[in-house]
Amino acid sequence: METTLGDAAARQAAADLVAGLPAAPAAWCTGLRKRYGKRVAVQDVSLQVGRGEVVGLLGPNGAGKTTVIKMLLGLVRPDAGEVMLLGRPATDPAARVRVGYLPELFRYQPWLTAAEVLALHDRLAGVGVPVAEQRECLALVGLAERAGDRLGGFSKGMQQRLGLAVALVARPEFVVLDEPTSALDPLGRADVRDIVLSLRERGVAVLLNSHLIGEVERVCDRVVILNSGRVAASGTLAELLGQREVHLHLTDLNPAAEERLAAVGLVERAGEWSTVALPADDPGTAIPDLVRDLVALGTRVHAVEPTRISLEERLLGILRDGAGEQR
Amino acid sequence: MTGTARTVLTIAALTLREASRRKVLRALAALTLTLLVLSGWGFSRLAAESDFGSLTSGETRLVASQLLNLVMFGISLIAALGTAFLAGPTVSGESESGIALAMLARPVRRSAVLLGKWLGLVAFGSGFLVLAGLAQCLVVLVTVDYWPPQPVAALALLAAQTVVLLTLGLLLSTVISPMASGVVAVGLFGATWIAGVVGGVGAALGNEGVERVGAVSRMLLPTDGLWRGAMHAFQDPAALAQFGAEMAGFPFLSEAPLTATYLGWAALWVAMVWGLAAVSFRRKDL
Repeated sequence: METTLGDAAARQAAADLVAGLPAAPAAWCTGLRKRYGKRVAVQDVSLQVGRGEVVGLLGPNGAGKTTVIKMLLGLVRPDAGEVMLLGRPATDPAARVRVGYLPELFRYQPWLTAAEVLALHDRLAGVGVPVAEQRECLALVGLAERAGDRLGGFSKGMQQRLGLAVALVARPEFVVLDEPTSALDPLGRADVRDIVLSLRERGVAVLLNSHLIGEVERVCDRVVILNSGRVAASGTLAELLGQREVHLHLTDLNPAAEERLAAVGLVERAGEWSTVALPADDPGTAIPDLVRDLVALGTRVHAVEPTRISLEERLLGILRDGAGEQR
Repeated sequence: MTGTARTVLTIAALTLREASRRKVLRALAALTLTLLVLSGWGFSRLAAESDFGSLTSGETRLVASQLLNLVMFGISLIAALGTAFLAGPTVSGESESGIALAMLARPVRRSAVLLGKWLGLVAFGSGFLVLAGLAQCLVVLVTVDYWPPQPVAALALLAAQTVVLLTLGLLLSTVISPMASGVVAVGLFGATWIAGVVGGVGAALGNEGVERVGAVSRMLLPTDGLWRGAMHAFQDPAALAQFGAEMAGFPFLSEAPLTATYLGWAALWVAMVWGLAAVSFRRKDL
């Protein structure tokens, strides 16, 4: 009897402990490896997508991005490694109940209508989304008018929009978008960006694989860069891009002004040019405040050039370094 | 309803809807109708001949049995082609086109998806055979007043033959391309039928070696064995007893009914091939 009571208490304690833990990441994988014949497609890839986080997956063609995504979703069997989705091992299909997926190769049954495809995916997910909500999903991607049309007559762009609706229909907590804008016009791309941002607002995690670096830079919290099947770099945009800095052409620099410069961050001087590192958490006020104060201190400001390397430059740098190391 | 049962039923319904919405159904219906009309015409000529007194009633029944078996062979061929070319594209075609990607990323077991597809195809193939076969039996009844002795068993065996072939098509479609799996399944079907005929000739000539060709092929792919069982259930036993010895080795008459052991083997064969298909599908990278 005592042991039973002890067990109950221990179970309660364990339950309390688990309840107190932060929610498991939306996706987590470690040591993923995949080989097709002699070619190693993915080697020792580990990554994590936190709840409500938007993570971008970048890399050149053939870097293994789509293979990693397919291994996360159980579509490709990894040779080694472990995957957890929303706190469950991915080998259990139930782990994918709250996962939405838009494949790079988006094709849906051409003999079904758009509304029927959404109903089918809702049934397969077992979520039981009401028809009205399914229609809202179609409206969100701009297909409300075509709900009753068979997909046989849909253009590529419309099929990709439908694919986005399919990924979103079963109230997902984690959405995987593999090249979601490859067939879309600029307007469609803007729509996708808005949808990703609204997902993040609602706390839905997103893994976004895209060639459009600008797109990734605008919506992603973190970026994982793959090259030749390995993680070449990963981190927040600020971490990856390094600190921003500002070049200033100044004359009549007095000690008080120098002190004011040093208060912002590390200063490098080269003749009349000063380079000041900006704090990582700068909300955009550091430069105007600095210029205002320098002018007030009697310094003459000839030029102000804020610089930041773009994600594109950084990506190319990482890939070239990687290529250099391999040689 | 558990998740697996829901998946199986959803996919089975989807497979039936696919079959009904694609052109396969219309092609099948057109072929079957042509066959029914032609056979109706042929049987009415046969009735006219026997009215002229050139055939005895026993001969008429024997010829009617043979012709019914011949036409049923046509119908089972249409069913075989139809289901093989439906089963072929289900797995390999959907993985090639990408349709499978979004579906299998849902919380579904692949074996449940495969079972759903199989059930849908079985329902479609058997439904077609029963409808077309029944219509053919009615045509024969109206034209020459012949009704097969065991129509239910005969149609069930024809349906079983289709199930065997589509299970094979499903297994092939998990490993090879859609077109190839259809072609291979139909090719094997034809090859076993011919081996069966060769075996029949061997039996008629008393050559055991040649006879064994038929027996072995009937074990390897049970379509021909089931087909012979169906023929036996369609034909008139009295007529066969009267003229059977003269007709030994004729491919559209069957001397013996099926044994329970053979039916058991056919069921086991389907279960084994389905199991192989499930394993192969589970291991498939999309």
